[in-house]
Amino acid sequence: MTINFGNPDRPNSYIGRTVPRPNARRLVEGRGRYVDDIVLPRMLHVAFVRSPHGHARILAIDTGAASAVPGVRRVFTGADIAEFCSPWVAVLAHLKGLKSAPQHPLAMERATWTGEAVVAVVADTRAAAEDGAALVEVEYETLPVVTDIRTALDETTPLIHSELGDNLAFRRLHEHGEVDAVFAGAHTVVEASFKTARHTGVCVEPRSILADYNPAEGQMTVYHSTQAPHMMQSVIAQHLDMPEGRVRVICGDVGGSYGIKVHVYPDEMATVAISRAMGRPVKFIADRIESFATDIHARDHEIDARIAVDGDGRILGIDVDDWTGIGPYSVYPRTSAIEGNQVVNLCGGPYDFAAYRARTTVVLQNKAPTCQYRAVGHPIAVAITEGLVDFAAEALGLDPVEMRRRNLIRDDAYPCTSPANMRFEGLSHHASLTKLLELMDYDGLRAEQAALREKGIHRGIGIASFIELTNPSPFMYGIGGARISAQDGCTVRMDPDGSVVAMSGVTEQGQGTEAMLSQIVAEAVGVPVTRVKVVTGDTQTTPYGGGTWASRGAGIGGEAALQAGLALKDSILTVAGSMLQCAPDGLDIVDGQVCDKAGGEARMPLEELGRIVYFRGDTLPKDLPRELVQTRHFITSDYPFAFTNGVQASYLEVDTETGFVKLLKHWCVEDCGRVINPQLVDEQIRGGIVQGLGGALFEECHYDEDGQLLNANMADYLVPMAAEMPDMVIGHVETPTQESLLGAKGAGEAGTAGAPAAVMNAVNDALRPLGGRVTQMPFTPARILASIGVE
Amino acid sequence: MSDIAGFPTKVDISLTVNGERVEARVDVARHLVDFLRLDLGLSGSHAGCEHGVCGACTLQVNGEVVRGCLTLAAQLDGAEVWTVEGLTDTGSLADLQAAFVSRNALQCGFCTPGMLFAAADVLASGKVPSRAEIREHISGNYCRCTGYEAVVDAIETVARSRAGGGEASA
Repeated sequence: MTINFGNPDRPNSYIGRTVPRPNARRLVEGRGRYVDDIVLPRMLHVAFVRSPHGHARILAIDTGAASAVPGVRRVFTGADIAEFCSPWVAVLAHLKGLKSAPQHPLAMERATWTGEAVVAVVADTRAAAEDGAALVEVEYETLPVVTDIRTALDETTPLIHSELGDNLAFRRLHEHGEVDAVFAGAHTVVEASFKTARHTGVCVEPRSILADYNPAEGQMTVYHSTQAPHMMQSVIAQHLDMPEGRVRVICGDVGGSYGIKVHVYPDEMATVAISRAMGRPVKFIADRIESFATDIHARDHEIDARIAVDGDGRILGIDVDDWTGIGPYSVYPRTSAIEGNQVVNLCGGPYDFAAYRARTTVVLQNKAPTCQYRAVGHPIAVAITEGLVDFAAEALGLDPVEMRRRNLIRDDAYPCTSPANMRFEGLSHHASLTKLLELMDYDGLRAEQAALREKGIHRGIGIASFIELTNPSPFMYGIGGARISAQDGCTVRMDPDGSVVAMSGVTEQGQGTEAMLSQIVAEAVGVPVTRVKVVTGDTQTTPYGGGTWASRGAGIGGEAALQAGLALKDSILTVAGSMLQCAPDGLDIVDGQVCDKAGGEARMPLEELGRIVYFRGDTLPKDLPRELVQTRHFITSDYPFAFTNGVQASYLEVDTETGFVKLLKHWCVEDCGRVINPQLVDEQIRGGIVQGLGGALFEECHYDEDGQLLNANMADYLVPMAAEMPDMVIGHVETPTQESLLGAKGAGEAGTAGAPAAVMNAVNDALRPLGGRVTQMPFTPARILASIGVE
Repeated sequence: MSDIAGFPTKVDISLTVNGERVEARVDVARHLVDFLRLDLGLSGSHAGCEHGVCGACTLQVNGEVVRGCLTLAAQLDGAEVWTVEGLTDTGSLADLQAAFVSRNALQCGFCTPGMLFAAADVLASGKVPSRAEIREHISGNYCRCTGYEAVVDAIETVARSRAGGGEASA
């Protein structure tokens, strides 16, 4: 079966078109159903008493006063919860040497970061639970804290988990080629140090879970704001010692996730355990301070890096020493070593060069745990790489675009393998750069920049090429032992009225997953898109799958939907051929009608076929297959990951008196393979860019030396708001993957991957005449002014 | 009604919500979003931060756009409250809602009800605001998904269409 994607006039041509999202109207009318909107009979609420210390021994807990609060039904300590939920250790076999300590839902002997849950108070209302929590008395003995990354491994630094022997969670060194010799003999070597700030996702809907254990059925039903329902099913079953088949995870509307909601959180596991213990529904909705203090953080990296180039600006070698702090525990089950590992995998990714060394050192700290957040590791690797490339261009007096032209992997060089051992099936760096320069009128902007400099206005142009890892195979998690599916499935069913239901293992968090799936299924079966109903987010009714993360929804879930839809079409045509007394391969389905493939004459509406199959099956031949339900699964196998590529540009103005950066415009050209819905892809890119801009300019979790989080509220933790954000121009080059008929790769993280580097290069471009250079994110007015010597 | 140090902990209020008369006895600590969500089952208003910053609970009280999380229900005796459910029923947000859908000016949708109130407010004067004015006006509402451009586009489209296709001011 092939589809002529090049012909926009083909029948049922939904793939490649902007089609409105079927769930959007519900959401604009306030008819969403987020976890906190669900109310169950006898439902209880839980509030947590959290550690006020970065590191402390728990000496005593007095719950007497809390238990006496009207409406409080039960109070649980760590030991109480441990009877219902076993601890976990977040390591993966393929991340050799990764170590972490056993982690319980509630702290046992010690609390290890400010905000760690220590006691759970369960009450009729959240307000009563909070009243009770305020009266729990916990006696602590404070312990020394570890906050600094670079000294975490020093002999004199206290240990966070003494049984681990040191504060090193993971270290990986990758070497390719003669790095030392290449640097020793290079025409020019440029060194730089970078910092990316610890920040977090700030989902407007906080983490939310409602666990409903029904002892009469032995069934745990969990309504969860998550990206990976099947993973959660497996984790809950394992740690509550229940059969997986008795745990059902339902994921309705999710109010933002971005990777934040793909992890196992101790307080959420405690909520599930409490429901098991009490045999009643229990709801936990994080409040905002809990979100800041206990949602995963990310990007807490300090890097020393250098690049070696020849006299023509050709990159000879890249050498990166990355240090990152991940909090006191590796986060379950994906682990907190992935981000550092990605930095090693991705640095230098767009370029053709020979010698590469990268080391990541992942250390424990008494701060909130870090883990995978949108574009895991990419913004760091791209900032390192593109910063170095720009600094090398500056050292050689080359234009940044010319520097990239000389070094980007040629578009006809694929397939190829990078010095980091990443395998690329097909990328389009040069075509993307060409398109970007056209879209932004690069030469015109340079002329404008020069003219304005004459007037003392400091504008900068920054370019950042990047690669993005999408469509992960089991090489990402499965081979390490995690029960996280890289495969995904879709069941497509035709009902008597000719309408189609598609049930998919990938999930919707607002990206437009359900729209994308409905388009694919509509095209595959041959029905109007309005006749397709998509069901996602229920482990009991959808095929087993991984969910939506690592930009896998369209590439993996989409292909499964396409294959299932095509299989259903075959089944329908088998029945139609029998009914119409003709060969099935002479028939087609167009717009809900069985018709002649040649000539297109309508022969029978699907409603008629459905009526006969479901209600008058007696009129069909006894042996005729009539299965109007088909399921297909898809997993990538030729490549561990489907890499995409792209290039971004930022145009901005730096106020050299105040240090403020005004973003004027932003461009991104990216290549995610087959574009299924242009509008949805563009909006993924735009939303991703703005999250990247937040990291570049605003977002930082500030901890003091005692491990206290100083800005755990929305007034002090800054995120991008509409007034500061630029309009963004998005363009595409399409290099479909040959691994699937659909040809789609992911697009969800490209924006976030490249935006910080583009901004950094633009700020430095603006500061260059003043001798300034910034490499520590976020690029705050204070840091910018300091770089140009303004006090 | 139990008192703490002479102050009542519950008060009786009578108000209209989405045009319907509501009588209630509310805890004095109950904020408007909890009152709407927990007592009246109006789950369209969302609690995102409960300290007045994110804007997800933005709605209308006595014709003014307010933060539902910074408004106590006990303050609302005699008030007229409109939520996204009510303005959907009256149709007064219909063109904005249609523009948000067609421009994909929402992704997860959690901020959207509040964003619609901010959008309706910037359009209330009947003038066609500039993009910068729209951006400034909705800068009290977090959206972590869209990057805001689609939201600005949708509001601008409705502004022009309400004004009969007029051009935006400079």
